[in-house]
Amino acid sequence: MKPPPFAYHAPTSVAAALELLAELGDDGKVLAGGQSLIPLLNMRLAAPAHLVDINRIDELVGIEVGDDAVTVGAGVRHAALERDEAAAQAAPLLRQALRLVAHPAIRNRGTVCGSIAHADPAGELTAVLALLGGTVRVARHGGDSHDIAAADFFVAPLESSLRPADLVTSVRFPRPPIGAGSAFVEFARRHGDYALCGIGATVALADDGSVATARVGAISIHPTPLVVDCGAALVGRPPDDERALTAAAELVDEASSPEPDLHATVLYRRQLTRVLTARAIAAAGAHARRRRRGTTHPTQEGIDG
Amino acid sequence: MTTQMFGEAIVRREDPRLLRGDGHYLDDLGHDAYAVAFARSPHAHARVTQIDVADALDVDGLIAIYTYDDLPARLAEPLPLLIPHPALTAPRTGHALAPAVVHHVGEPVVMVVASDRYIAEDVVDRIVVTYEPLPAVVGVERAASGQRVVHDGMDDNVAAHLLQEVGDVDAALATAPHRLDLRFEIERSASMPMEGRGVLARWDPDDPRLRVYTSTQTTTSVRAAIAAAFDLADVHVEVIAPDVGGGFGVKIMHPWPEELLVPWAAMTLGHEVKWVEDRREHFISSSHERGQIHDVTVGYDDDGRILALDVRFLHDNGAYTPYGIIVPIITSTQLPGPYKLPNYRVEFTSLYTNTVIVTPYRGAGRPQAVFAMERTIDAIARDLGADRTQVRAANFVQPDEFPYDVGLVFQDGRPTIYDSGDFQASLRKLTALIGWGAFAQQKEQAQADGRMLGIGLACYVEGTGVGPYEGAHVHVETSGRVMVSTGLTTQGQGHETAFAQIVATELGVPIEDVAVTTGDTRRFGYAVGTFASRAAVMSGNAIALAARAVNAKARTVAARALEANPDDMEIIDGVVRVKGSPAEGIPLNQVAVLSNPLRYSFSEAAQAATQFAVPADDDQPPVRDGEEPGLEGRAYYSPPRSTFANGMHAAVVEVDPQSGNVAVLDYAVVHDCGNLVNPRIVEGQIHGGVAQGIGGALYERMAYDEHGQLLNASFMDFLMPYASEVPTVRIDHLETPSPLNPLGVKGAGEAGVIPGAATIAAAIEDATGVPISRMPLSPDELFRLLRSNGTAPLAPLGALGTSIPEPDDQHGGNA
Repeated sequence: MKPPPFAYHAPTSVAAALELLAELGDDGKVLAGGQSLIPLLNMRLAAPAHLVDINRIDELVGIEVGDDAVTVGAGVRHAALERDEAAAQAAPLLRQALRLVAHPAIRNRGTVCGSIAHADPAGELTAVLALLGGTVRVARHGGDSHDIAAADFFVAPLESSLRPADLVTSVRFPRPPIGAGSAFVEFARRHGDYALCGIGATVALADDGSVATARVGAISIHPTPLVVDCGAALVGRPPDDERALTAAAELVDEASSPEPDLHATVLYRRQLTRVLTARAIAAAGAHARRRRRGTTHPTQEGIDG
Repeated sequence: MTTQMFGEAIVRREDPRLLRGDGHYLDDLGHDAYAVAFARSPHAHARVTQIDVADALDVDGLIAIYTYDDLPARLAEPLPLLIPHPALTAPRTGHALAPAVVHHVGEPVVMVVASDRYIAEDVVDRIVVTYEPLPAVVGVERAASGQRVVHDGMDDNVAAHLLQEVGDVDAALATAPHRLDLRFEIERSASMPMEGRGVLARWDPDDPRLRVYTSTQTTTSVRAAIAAAFDLADVHVEVIAPDVGGGFGVKIMHPWPEELLVPWAAMTLGHEVKWVEDRREHFISSSHERGQIHDVTVGYDDDGRILALDVRFLHDNGAYTPYGIIVPIITSTQLPGPYKLPNYRVEFTSLYTNTVIVTPYRGAGRPQAVFAMERTIDAIARDLGADRTQVRAANFVQPDEFPYDVGLVFQDGRPTIYDSGDFQASLRKLTALIGWGAFAQQKEQAQADGRMLGIGLACYVEGTGVGPYEGAHVHVETSGRVMVSTGLTTQGQGHETAFAQIVATELGVPIEDVAVTTGDTRRFGYAVGTFASRAAVMSGNAIALAARAVNAKARTVAARALEANPDDMEIIDGVVRVKGSPAEGIPLNQVAVLSNPLRYSFSEAAQAATQFAVPADDDQPPVRDGEEPGLEGRAYYSPPRSTFANGMHAAVVEVDPQSGNVAVLDYAVVHDCGNLVNPRIVEGQIHGGVAQGIGGALYERMAYDEHGQLLNASFMDFLMPYASEVPTVRIDHLETPSPLNPLGVKGAGEAGVIPGAATIAAAIEDATGVPISRMPLSPDELFRLLRSNGTAPLAPLGALGTSIPEPDDQHGGNA
């Protein structure tokens, strides 16, 4: 469990990093938090000739909470975003999901952009980005930065539309409408393990308390993060209406294409998909109600789901 | 200041060192050593046809590459069979490096020595071994079918077959009013210590000695194996266990290939050589355990009293049997537990498969036995509609029946005779602790709220303190330091504390003055090892006896100086004094000076002692007949047979029928290991054992595919419970001292793990009403089991509103 030989580079500016990556092409690999890459290297499942470590690039470390979105730089750790009050206020789903990402020690090292660039369909943040309709900002040497929509970014398991020499510099999570509720629930074998199924949900309520919009973002049941609009099942219904929730769960189940693994059969993943979809939407609906009533203390926002 | 430390729950003296990172584990030693890596077989069964190293030879830093053909004659022989048994009719052992045929994935084929481990692994990557794959035998039932055979020259896969019978089972079954046929399956798991195995060897050609550090549970036997392999005198081989990061059984196996290969490479190359196992190697080349299928037939009367028990089981011993058939023997002899079985027949077949070898893992065959026995008792209770505690009580061995002869031959070849216990009293404590009586109401109330709760319990008896012996040496230096050594090893059990407590108590000295060394052949040459819950029983008693010898000698020496009678002397707070006159006494360190007629004055103690020096008796030699210079004692403890500890666990679980999740809400343990040396250490042992029991019940399995590939050989997919999955454990002790040894102690090391799977299974069965007959049980399996029994319809149905988890539950693990 020792990595094969590689050359190590530690640029201190985005420009220098891009230049290096352009030079290295297919041989270069970006190292951020290293929580996925280092185990792959140690098990010799990956053998890049060059590692470009972006941990010393200060300009990548920043969380910007704007009127429309939360923008997270490529140097930001999971733990930093999880603890950011302004981000949690603006988009509670971020903290709701980040609490479920592995263990605190891993969140202290792992980066938000890194887990998205890794494109693991079991990664909570991929579903959050997709559910909120977010974008990935990509830079490369000799060109302008451009944004890729989540829907176009995730191509297949562990495969994104990034090309060699591309560097993700930030990701942008749009804020849900004021008063919308959200929740993220998942089921893992042990605390902090990859979820066998995870469901994020956003629910907005109409003035009469019925559902106006309901969307779900799912992990571990599809080759890419799966977003399903459950409006057809729920609009006009109370968010805890059991028949409506059952119908919504059907929609997500039908849209998914789960694979079996050591820990879960397809049948079981479908069961979890349905159970967790109902639980997530109901929880997001309850969250929306609390936000509308304003009963949630601001500092509690995002913590109590 | 008190020196009465026996029984005190003091904190462990070794913890600050270990917790601060000041421990010295194997990989902390030998910074300049060459590193070893192995090319291991990727096939479960294959013929090695070619080994091509051409592409590896130009790697910078390569020192040597060895294959089977390079080994000297003694190293090329099959590895030793440690524990032969007449029933083991077809023993097979592996080789240090595989010759023509490999029998499991992970078997070492090529050894690489390089300047560091990174380079050694680079070299391994470039070595091309060509294999001709052979059909693999995986799974104990397939092994039993004998359609494919693991070992050339055998007609089937049967390594051993053994039958023991007490009474007349067939006759009793024929007339029993009730009868059940049951099948139980227990999966494979493994010890999985935090620190894997590792070996460091130094050869000193100037003072021809081989020093070997190894992460082992037995240094003296490793020394004997190495000395024999290289034709060295025992005294020229020093084997030392440094700090060891857990063993749980896997490190009592010896000699591992690496324990011979690494010293051989060090001698051959004239340089320190080190091998440190990585986690993948540990999964595929160290041993596993559990893995049995039991078929049980039981006959019983209207009260649930067992009239006859007939057990046939298959045991998967993996590719080789270097450790004999200890595990299935323990299973078969410990299965009766606390129950009187007038007619008991147990028959096992131990089978070869193309998988990693099976040797004892904490519990050593008992978790399987207890699962079969306790699930059987629960089945009887269900059949009769009786309370599960009452059926158990109806079958208990009674307090006035000790010593109780079970009628079977135990693992040590001696009769299985329970020496002590009070099972009825233990059960009373357990039912009080868990709230057995009030649970029915709780369950009903929970049911009304849409929650599914269940309670279960399981009992066990554990043979501990297996012989043949351990020894100890206690030496009071003139500095006042009390140096204690015993030959058995330590893997984190807290021996530095528990053994020091025994010495402080027996010798009347402050514990701060006592230093304990274990597992170092330079200090103590005769020992067996740390396994079978034997350290406190065996070395604890040997240390007590050695300390008593020192106590007696100190009183003799001091009495001579004070012209008193030794019987009138006592040692209080490190001072040997005349009973009743506290002012008249000599500090122990000065007694140490007086015990040696050669009295060069190097220290204050020596000068101070001169005041007590008795004028020499010209008619006596300076060292009198039958005496020795120095204040030291050596003693051995060798028991007539094992002492039997016992205990009972109970758990309350909640099952989520929609996800199949099992949350352990409460876990209670009543434990009888006789007198407690240190209750805190015993409870720590129980906590760790329960954690491993939870692992065996809900998480751990070795997922081999039909080709013999281990699919989950990493901590990502082999699920050991985290702290977040282990419930808070509530413990009550019952202390029935063992009459077999001076301290009245029984073993405690393995107890916590033994009834775990049976307890959790019973609770799940109670919660769901669905019979549970296999472990571990994943949420997926439980969900499908409930569904096939109509208990869990495809979701979402039912009261979803009440199922919304609280935020802290959202991860879905056991709360």
